[in-house]
Amino acid sequence: MTASTAQTTMSDGTKGLVVRGLTTTFDTTRGLAIAAADVDFDVAPGEVVGLVGESGSGKSVTLRSIMRLIREPGKVSGRVEWGGRDLVAMPAEELRKVRGGEIAMIFQEPMTALNPVLPIGVQIEENLKAHTGLTGSQRRARALELMNIVGIPAAERRLDEYPHQFSGGMRQRAMIAIALACSPKLLLADEPTTALDVTIQDQILKLLLDLRDRLAMSVVLVTHDLGVVAATCDRMAVMYAGRIVETGTVAEVFARPHHPYTRGLLGSVPRSGHSRTMLQSIDGTPPSLTALPQGCAFHPRCSFATEICRTDRPPLDLIGAGRRVACHHHEEVAAAEPIL
Amino acid sequence: MPLFSFVIRRLLQMIPTVIFILIVTFVLVRMLPGDPASAMLGDRARDADVNRINHELGLDRPLIVQFFYFAERIATGDLGNSIGLKVSVLSLIMDRLPVTLMLTALSAVIALALAVPLAFVAAFKREKLADSVIRGTFQVGLSMPVFYVGIILLTVFAAQLKLFPVGGYGTTLPDKLYHLFLPALTLALSFSAVLMRNLRASIINVMNAEYVDFATAKGLKSRVILLRHILRNALISTVTLFGLQIGTLFGGAVITETVFAVPGAGRLLIDSIYGRDYPVLQGLTISLAILVSLTFLLTDIIQAWLDPRIAR
Amino acid sequence: MISLATTTRTVLRGRKLPRSLIGGGLILVISLVMAIWPTLFAPYDPNLFDYNALLAPPSWDHPFGTDSFGRDVLSRVIHAYTIDMQIAIFATVGPFVIGTLVGAFIGYVGGFWEALFGRLVDATVTFPFLVLVIAIVSVLGPGLGNMYVAVGIVGWVFYARLVASEIKVQKRLDYADAGRVMGYTPMRIVFRHLLPNAITPAIVYWMTDMALAILLGSSLGYLGLGAQPPAAEWGVQIADGKNFMNTAWWISVFPGVAIVLTGLGFSLAGDGVAELLRVRR
Repeated sequence: MTASTAQTTMSDGTKGLVVRGLTTTFDTTRGLAIAAADVDFDVAPGEVVGLVGESGSGKSVTLRSIMRLIREPGKVSGRVEWGGRDLVAMPAEELRKVRGGEIAMIFQEPMTALNPVLPIGVQIEENLKAHTGLTGSQRRARALELMNIVGIPAAERRLDEYPHQFSGGMRQRAMIAIALACSPKLLLADEPTTALDVTIQDQILKLLLDLRDRLAMSVVLVTHDLGVVAATCDRMAVMYAGRIVETGTVAEVFARPHHPYTRGLLGSVPRSGHSRTMLQSIDGTPPSLTALPQGCAFHPRCSFATEICRTDRPPLDLIGAGRRVACHHHEEVAAAEPIL
Repeated sequence: MPLFSFVIRRLLQMIPTVIFILIVTFVLVRMLPGDPASAMLGDRARDADVNRINHELGLDRPLIVQFFYFAERIATGDLGNSIGLKVSVLSLIMDRLPVTLMLTALSAVIALALAVPLAFVAAFKREKLADSVIRGTFQVGLSMPVFYVGIILLTVFAAQLKLFPVGGYGTTLPDKLYHLFLPALTLALSFSAVLMRNLRASIINVMNAEYVDFATAKGLKSRVILLRHILRNALISTVTLFGLQIGTLFGGAVITETVFAVPGAGRLLIDSIYGRDYPVLQGLTISLAILVSLTFLLTDIIQAWLDPRIAR
Repeated sequence: MISLATTTRTVLRGRKLPRSLIGGGLILVISLVMAIWPTLFAPYDPNLFDYNALLAPPSWDHPFGTDSFGRDVLSRVIHAYTIDMQIAIFATVGPFVIGTLVGAFIGYVGGFWEALFGRLVDATVTFPFLVLVIAIVSVLGPGLGNMYVAVGIVGWVFYARLVASEIKVQKRLDYADAGRVMGYTPMRIVFRHLLPNAITPAIVYWMTDMALAILLGSSLGYLGLGAQPPAAEWGVQIADGKNFMNTAWWISVFPGVAIVLTGLGFSLAGDGVAELLRVRR
């Protein structure tokens, strides 16, 4: 295979998203805050990857860094490869075409992410206008089609309505319709169901999976809810204090967590069939991003911690096919008796 | 049509305000030293004549009755006659008010033309040199009295450089605008400072809103993000301020018209004070107050159009 | 119960004073000193006619030049501090006190009085402030005293509005309930407990208002409705010099610079106070 054919296969998006060494820092008055450090992960075409962690673990920052939505004084370094190009170093106009066209993003709170003073229809159509050559009436027709795809009834009328006239679930559907207007190949979803009622959460997740199949797109789903990961994702990456500490398929990670933090997270999720056991929570609080502990950032809260954890930060080691963990004692953790 | 019913509701709300305006003016007129009859007839009027005039004007009736007469006359457009100029106050005002309206409109346009782009620059270069220079300049502009700015502009651009006329008013529209440019600029300087300050804060606020991130993530062109998403939302609060500042703008017009000898309503107001021409003073006060409340109505409508959440 | 003095102390402790407050405060202190002891700074009698030096340009003898009567412009600018600082204080202190008291009452009782006050506010903001003040002054007659009355008649409304809305917020907080439960009289609750916490926005507005008062006072002076000639007042001085702008610009320009400087002092100090107090909120 020649270099040029390799190039074409990549721009087809067959390689998906490759994130390497993504680091995001904020220069604050209290010192340098490292919000995301050395983040590596891949997303294959059609795959749904979950990014899991407590709030402040850097999962949302990672997502925003991929889209270059980090504002001053934030700084992003590393590489984000998409179709053979590096999003981090890409010129602004080229990046603009990728945003919304090839990669789309949805946010946690549709009430604040939707522009309150523009009708939903306008917010869909401006996306089409930025990335396609469709005429006005074609854009309107496509907007109508999108509203139907995401399951908003009375679409014709609702196109002219404003976000405040929609219910919470409908608003999230509208935001998905806006994001998916140009049939992107990758969807970055930042806690898309957190602000919703449980029943509606389920509907939105089903919708996302359904759209993934229909549009053959990949999804990166940021969430703190392991239940959501179990229900929707193929693979997952667990983040703690700005770093990925464990990756693998959802089945593997859930069955045998290798990192004490993952183990702790799983212990705090209620599971069917074990309703009698106590829910465990992780002792302590996440560290401040401006004053990370020496060594492994998790050691102050870890029951497996030894001397080496206090001095050396464990690397993210490969322990199986597509399975990585950053813990000095991961074998011990994996061998420990199941928490449930 | 939520906007339509909003306008109707808003119009109805104006009724108590107008009644209040009339009460205040009525009280103000009753506070005048001496009675109108003596003012009309001069100091050497005979008592019989004074009584006759007082009776004709209904001034011997109870105050509340007088007020209804007063309100009725004003409702029919009868503002009385000017003592000094011997013409009806209404025709005087109709003659002069359009000049002031054009002056204030022109200065509002200039103020917006200055404030909007500079607010953007200041907001995007926040805490940098450009921001400090812009804010510092406007802060000085805000501390300058209108008449002082007027005199300096008049001396530099009209008297010395001869770029503009030293005063007066033209006949054709371009000529009028040419005559009004310096006075309008004078008024616009402090007005734009107020607007700029508010708009800058508002833009900074909106820039951090998540819908701007979403718009960026949609890959919109920066012009669309700036105008449709940032400016439109930022203007909502500035429009309110714009309305609240209209009164100040009219007040400034009184002074500017005096400095630049513009034959407008403000100039008429000062003349009526020096000439103790109370019917004109009263008519002008009422007209200006009603004009301001109409501007409030207008800015409310613009705001409801900018922000659909209001007109519900 | 936190009194204003202690909150100010808590705010001040361990915090850098905002630069705007230091700069503005410095200008105001100098202005006040000149206002109280103008003779210490002014080289000449402000009303001394010198027919040998009519319209003299700035020189070592007369740094700001002389006016059409040969009066020293610098001395007049310095002496004008007395009147203009007096305007800043006298024109605002009445509205501040009255507005705060009325606002506290309205905010506390609410109901009918609040509704009535709302209408009054609507009507007041409809009258262009300057037009209303000019109209009242023309009725009462020109002069500083009548100007204070005119500003007072209108100005208290803005303070009352600020204080009333703040009192309404404070009233809902727990410590007001605690006061009621302990059987304090409404007077005591409002004045000892609510007002000290609700007065901050009014104080910040007061600073801006003093800058506005100087602008208003000099504008009326310029129009001949405020301080009366031959008083040394910046607006009056600018009016004196306006016909000589092409030949003797210094008569009008220097008093204007004094207005701008003093106005800057007040607005900087206002910004500084706002910044200082915002920290607490």
